[in-house]
Amino acid sequence: MIPVFLILLPLLTGIVGFFIKEANAAKGWALLSAVLTLVVAVAGIYFYPSAQQSFDAAWLPALGSRFTLSMDGMSKMLVLLTAISFPLIFLATYKNNYKNTGAFYALMMLTQAGLMGVFVANDALLFYFFWELALIPVYFLCSLWGGEKRIAATFKFFIYTFIGSLMMLAGILYVYFQTADHSFAWQSFYSVQMPPAQQSLIFWLFFVAFAIKMPIFPFHTWQPDAYEQSPTATTMVLSGVMVKMGIFAVIKWLLPFFPAAADKYAQVIIILSVVGMLYASLIAIRQDDVKRLIAYSSIAHIGLMSATLFTNSRVGLEGVMIQMFNHGVNVIGLWIVADAIEQQLGTRKFSDLGGLAQKAPALAIMLVVMAFANIALPLTNAFIGEFLMFNGLFSYNIWIAAIAGISIILGAVYTLNMVQKIFYGNTNAATENAVDISGNIKLALVVLVVIIIALGVYPQPMMDLTRDAVGAAMAGK
Amino acid sequence: MNAIILSALLGVVMMFSGIVTNNKSVLKYIAAVGLLLLIAANLLDTYALFKININTHGLLSFEKFGLYFNTLAFGATFIYVCLSGRDVENAGINVAEYFALIFFVLCGVSILSGFNGLLMLFLGIEILSIPLYILTGADKRNLKSNEASLKYFLMGSFTTGIMLMGIALVYGATGSFGLEAPPVIPTTGVINPSFLQVAGLLLLFVAMAFKVSAAPFHFWTPDVYDGAPSVFTSFMATIVKAAGFIAFIRLFQHQSVVLGPSWKIILSFVIIATLLIGNITAVFQQSVKRMLAYSSIAQAGFMLFALFAGNDLSREGIILYSVAYSLATIGIFAVLIKMSDYTFDGFNGLAKKQPVLAFATTIFLLSLAGIPLTAGFFAKYYMLAAVVKEGGALWLVIIALFFAAVSVYYYFKVIQAMYFKEGDAETAEVTGAFKTGLILLAALVILVGIWPSSVLNWLYF
Repeated sequence: MIPVFLILLPLLTGIVGFFIKEANAAKGWALLSAVLTLVVAVAGIYFYPSAQQSFDAAWLPALGSRFTLSMDGMSKMLVLLTAISFPLIFLATYKNNYKNTGAFYALMMLTQAGLMGVFVANDALLFYFFWELALIPVYFLCSLWGGEKRIAATFKFFIYTFIGSLMMLAGILYVYFQTADHSFAWQSFYSVQMPPAQQSLIFWLFFVAFAIKMPIFPFHTWQPDAYEQSPTATTMVLSGVMVKMGIFAVIKWLLPFFPAAADKYAQVIIILSVVGMLYASLIAIRQDDVKRLIAYSSIAHIGLMSATLFTNSRVGLEGVMIQMFNHGVNVIGLWIVADAIEQQLGTRKFSDLGGLAQKAPALAIMLVVMAFANIALPLTNAFIGEFLMFNGLFSYNIWIAAIAGISIILGAVYTLNMVQKIFYGNTNAATENAVDISGNIKLALVVLVVIIIALGVYPQPMMDLTRDAVGAAMAGK
Repeated sequence: MNAIILSALLGVVMMFSGIVTNNKSVLKYIAAVGLLLLIAANLLDTYALFKININTHGLLSFEKFGLYFNTLAFGATFIYVCLSGRDVENAGINVAEYFALIFFVLCGVSILSGFNGLLMLFLGIEILSIPLYILTGADKRNLKSNEASLKYFLMGSFTTGIMLMGIALVYGATGSFGLEAPPVIPTTGVINPSFLQVAGLLLLFVAMAFKVSAAPFHFWTPDVYDGAPSVFTSFMATIVKAAGFIAFIRLFQHQSVVLGPSWKIILSFVIIATLLIGNITAVFQQSVKRMLAYSSIAQAGFMLFALFAGNDLSREGIILYSVAYSLATIGIFAVLIKMSDYTFDGFNGLAKKQPVLAFATTIFLLSLAGIPLTAGFFAKYYMLAAVVKEGGALWLVIIALFFAAVSVYYYFKVIQAMYFKEGDAETAEVTGAFKTGLILLAALVILVGIWPSSVLNWLYF
């Protein structure tokens, strides 16, 4: 029953949220709901027997689709990430003001419900349902509360992902008719044996959907615009949690079904991913806007994950697993800092900022930790993940690993450049009267920093949690 | 048979009630009650509780499928009358006649869902079409309405000619008006149709494609849908169109073998043309009403998949598609009629002024676009699944999916206008009952979107 609660709790509280007119009540309600969801997630994953961690009920018997939810290690990890992110996001943006506050938080909670659904669905049709449903509230969030060019940017994002989803639907239908028992269950999909020639087309139908969501080069063009134009709270969800849907889907819904095609096209995808990493890193260096910089940096990090996915290496896959969680934590931290600066100073441009460290030392310390995590220095969580991933990439092809390694250097260039331009140098007119961050943001950042360092020193719990999923994904090899 | 007789009778009753009373809302209630009676009579027929038996010598045959479609069509008309009845009152002066004509159309619908010979097909199509010509021109003082009516009538009669020619050729070749599959030659195991039969069937195909506005026979659709009073466009684009498809499928379910492999080639050409023209042209429209006209062409492209696949799944699919598409379109038109400006800009800021209307319209648009959790998703799902199941046409499915993504563009333009743009959307007076009706309809769309079996199970029980 736990997965059902994880979906229902944000869903129902979200629907109630639409009717809350008073701004502070809506914020409190959202925070309460998110904390409750976190409690349910932690309790459900760590303290309840595994029998409680799945759910199965009849849904569409005529179609062979059941309402089946279950959690393997990867699902648990991503459920935890989702459950941790939302309270932190609500906390860090607690003082932000939105018109029509109730609807904003309600849509955020609906997004959470959709995301939870994606991560726990064990039936292809149900998975598709949640995959789409997570998108609709985000569409409204970005279009209603976003920046100046929000409508066009969000629409591009929506159309891109919608095309991808439809391709996936065609793929799902095709596999469905190949299953022996005409069922959408993951197990039935898994036991379909398709000849390699057939696998190729269907592989791409699925992969395009996931590649757009991640996004990897050349499907990424929606991403910087969407991240920049969305309200920052939504951007945190998008980049912290939502892009993990793509990687999650590749591991759960692609690699086990089409191993032959995955091997065949591994090189193409890895090269595309690595090209994307370098390309995004180079663009990130030239950015003058904090949000766009983080957006491009995110493409580079995701590129490394998607490249590693196809290296067929166990170590690499373990790295991807922990990095999914770590990237979520780190990028949300960076967005919180960016939002704190924008809310206070009204600008996101480096050229307008400088010398903030003197005025806001707490913020500066937090950002530096986040920045170190972003470039994967040892003692931060990302180091373990990137180390394992490069290990996998190295065993696949030493040259590709070397080229991908350049992006680490580039990552250090743009990240440290950002830190320097915002926090050091002389204060100017804009930053002269800046004050340090308020308690709520501080609390959210402290939690994130603790996670970053804790997982950087002792990543074992995360690796234990996802071990079974790695095993399952590598089982066919 | 119950439905055919009762709907014709009800049409006459409506005409006479126009003499007895001049009170427009009384007429509306008579029509609503008449529709409920019609549904009841049809249900009695479906479950063999009470049926009028007339020996039609095999010209009509009533099965579960056709009768169930009748129930759905009457139900949709009932919803339509409940939501837009007041606007029918305002369409012109002869309110009783409009309702009478609607009942005559329903008579045509019930013939089309039960015909078993080309002669009855012809009768059904004509009984369905002639009232529509009149309804299109209902707004007598409006030049556009007159133009639309005349255009529809001329094109329609021309198509009638083509259809008659087709029927004559088929009759000449086979000596029968029947729909059964042509005999197989025992020695070779193939059928050997004569040239006349093939030519006749092709002409019938053209005529039916015209009726369901499939490209390249769609040219009447935008002008007629745009010119007709909106309240009648709503009826034409939904119930009538669905009935056209039921007839189309009924006609070709056994006959398509006559055309051999070229059947699928012709059909896929028509499907792609319909999707292309409907979707691409809809993108460039300024008026929501005209956009909906083109979108109805695009939706017809999806419905043609049922014809293409021709299996059990597609039979279920066309039922579900008819329901999903009709409910959503009736809902959107009900809102559209209330708007004083039919352009996209006319919807600007509707969410602020009329949140209920905007919310319901959003659900309907999401359904038309085929987003999960709405009825439209499973409608499209069944269509595509039927084709994938047949195998060998995955490319067609992928093309269709691309166009489904295009359709999102123009449907979401309305959502953008309502929610994201500032404006002062002018609406006519909106009553609480109307809002409640819309919310119920939207709830129905979502319900079918979660449990499509709630519609489909009745096919078998």
